[in-house]
Amino acid sequence: MRPVVQVRDLHFQYEDGTVALAGVDFDLDPGETVALLGANGSGKTTFVLHLNGLLEGRGTVEVCGLPVKKETLTQIRQKIGIVFQDPDDQLFMPSVLEDVAFGALNLGLSPEQATARARTALAQVGMVDSYEKAPYHLSAGQKKRVAIAGVLAMQPDVLVLDEPTTFLDPPGQRALTALLRSLPQSKLVVTHDVEFARSLATRAVFFDKGRIIGNGPADRIIEQFNWDQKHATQVSGR
Amino acid sequence: MHIPDGFLSAPVWATLDVAAVPAAGYVVRRAQREFEEKKVPLLGVMGAFVFAAQMINFPVGPGTSGHLVGSALLSYTLGPAAASVVMIAILTIQSLVFQDGGILALGANIFNMAVVGVIVGYLPFHLWGTGPRRKAAIFLGGFFSVLVAALLAISELLLSGIAMSGTVLGVSFALFAVSAVLEGAITLAVFQALETLNPNFVKAPRANRGVALGSLALAAVFLAVVGVLFASTHPDGLEKLAQTLGIASNAKPLLASPLADYQAGFVQSAWLRKAAGGLAGLISIYVSCALLGRVIGRQRRP
Amino acid sequence: MQHVVLERWSRGSSFLHRRDARAKILALLVFLTVVAVSSRAFQPLALVFLAMLLAAAISAHLPVMGVLRRAAVVLPFSLTFAGISWLSGDPRRAALLVEKSYLSALAALLLVATTPLPQLLRGLDWLGVPGFLLMVAQFLYRYLFVITEQAHRMRLAGLCRGGFKRGGRGFRAAAGALGVLFARSYERAESIHRAMVSRGFQGHFRLLSTPRFRLADAAFLCLAAGLPVAALLSVRIWS
Repeated sequence: MRPVVQVRDLHFQYEDGTVALAGVDFDLDPGETVALLGANGSGKTTFVLHLNGLLEGRGTVEVCGLPVKKETLTQIRQKIGIVFQDPDDQLFMPSVLEDVAFGALNLGLSPEQATARARTALAQVGMVDSYEKAPYHLSAGQKKRVAIAGVLAMQPDVLVLDEPTTFLDPPGQRALTALLRSLPQSKLVVTHDVEFARSLATRAVFFDKGRIIGNGPADRIIEQFNWDQKHATQVSGR
Repeated sequence: MHIPDGFLSAPVWATLDVAAVPAAGYVVRRAQREFEEKKVPLLGVMGAFVFAAQMINFPVGPGTSGHLVGSALLSYTLGPAAASVVMIAILTIQSLVFQDGGILALGANIFNMAVVGVIVGYLPFHLWGTGPRRKAAIFLGGFFSVLVAALLAISELLLSGIAMSGTVLGVSFALFAVSAVLEGAITLAVFQALETLNPNFVKAPRANRGVALGSLALAAVFLAVVGVLFASTHPDGLEKLAQTLGIASNAKPLLASPLADYQAGFVQSAWLRKAAGGLAGLISIYVSCALLGRVIGRQRRP
Repeated sequence: MQHVVLERWSRGSSFLHRRDARAKILALLVFLTVVAVSSRAFQPLALVFLAMLLAAAISAHLPVMGVLRRAAVVLPFSLTFAGISWLSGDPRRAALLVEKSYLSALAALLLVATTPLPQLLRGLDWLGVPGFLLMVAQFLYRYLFVITEQAHRMRLAGLCRGGFKRGGRGFRAAAGALGVLFARSYERAESIHRAMVSRGFQGHFRLLSTPRFRLADAAFLCLAAGLPVAALLSVRIWS
């Protein structure tokens, strides 16, 4: 089966010359949940920003068979939905319903269709009583769920989440894990949270200095790179 | 200074409300041109920044502190048109949500702080921001943005018939001068802090900026402001001048038209003659700023 | 924070709350204009206006004392100038300043206390205010508390480290704090923009619903605009 995300030899350099990505090859197969692990600054988030065209580097990026180019961006952004780290930056509309419907409206749906999509998405994440609430009044966990609903309302095939457990307490993290498990989309999760990665992902890739240096079952990768604090005593000088 | 409702007389607030409409339209159009889609969140968030910035107190002296007003700083980092838009949004929110400034008086407050305040705050930077006198230019920008706005507000109040004795005026000017100096100092300090963090934050003016023309225009605006102030504090002097020139007699039949019936009690033709000088001054400031805006706009086009 | 209280008030469901924002805005403008142009026999008129506003506040289930108190923020400014006018021998003007500014502030407060701000901004859109400007105001309002909280935390952190002492160093420290706040705000704006673009935003905000102007709104507008005008005219006729 064709991968839903296919990246070949991706290179990216910032304006000041820092090399952020130094040749990344990556596949995401349908139905998979893959964790992106690695130290801060290793290129994980930069990589993710290439998947919907926010950044443009050298190499090929294909989502659901479409190359990520200026002409295809509208379609790409429907097919792949990114949930960013800070939900406050994602919930920018005055009410929950308006925010979740934002993406659906941008797809060209009528207000009625967009409202229906938004309601469905909010039901999926368990936030049905909050249509008129202002985002500022929600807890961190609720904001995260609404942010996910906002992406689900566009009916994407791929979900990408950047450090989703930041700002969440342990119960919130567990609720998030359960929610993500219930969603059928293929998923990419950038995370530092080892438990989260273990409980959600089947596969993991390890980023280091703009390259993927490990690719395999989540447990094996976590152990291989000493990414679990249980093995902290074995870590040398890091 | 945010003028509440109930202070300005009808001709003053009505004229300024009408004047604010094309001004707002112009800065909105220019700001939209300069930023593509990033603009709405950027301008909105920077407006919130200015609000929040007013919470941070700058130690000034024993027991006193001041805070940033922000129009000059906004113009150096976002450009004057966007700065005007942000200031208008700030004034609207301050008026509606915090009851700081009236609604009918919004036109006047916008004129004072979002139009003239931004332009006189920006001009020194535009003219001298890349030379050796850069720090002075930035300080002056902050200084003028607050002082001129305050002077205009006082003039509008005087024009509306609110009596202020010489002592009161003197004290007010002293207070304005102090807050203007503070604004200049804070603007410069924050500007320097920004440059250290990220030089891209500041939009440096380019070379070949028509310094002569710009300086002339700045001087014209100041003369107009001083003129307005003079007109408001010496209404009788101007009326005498108008009579000497024969203008007053021409104005009378104009004022005795249908409008006269609608005028409320304290708006009599005599008052209007006296205020005409001040109003004309305000209008001339408005027109000079509009022209200045266009000139700057042309010089800044990338 | 003050705007939190206002937001709570604005989410009621009284008759006034449910009226179209456009009708309320127009009614307010008429009221403010009537207050602005009246001057003959203003004392009885002022009482009539106050009674109207109080009736509106009560019918909207707003806390009357709270509303009266909040509108009083305009008083320090008005009383100062009233004092100046009084001392210049114009007590009539002094009274007018205080009464008019307070009544106007109270009326404007009633509008904002019965209309959530985003709805209010959309009503202004219909009145011809540029949409771009209103969206900037909407975003400003949305992130007002977020950024203010950030500034508050920075201020506390600064105080914990000895505070912003008087003199050059304290001044520069405060400027540095503002610089950092600016940078963070700027980055936040870029982050928001990324989130918008990722969900298909191409520069144009689409509306989820367009409010309909109903008979109740028209009736309200006629009443709310008519009463003050009638009061003004009757005073004119009688004097």
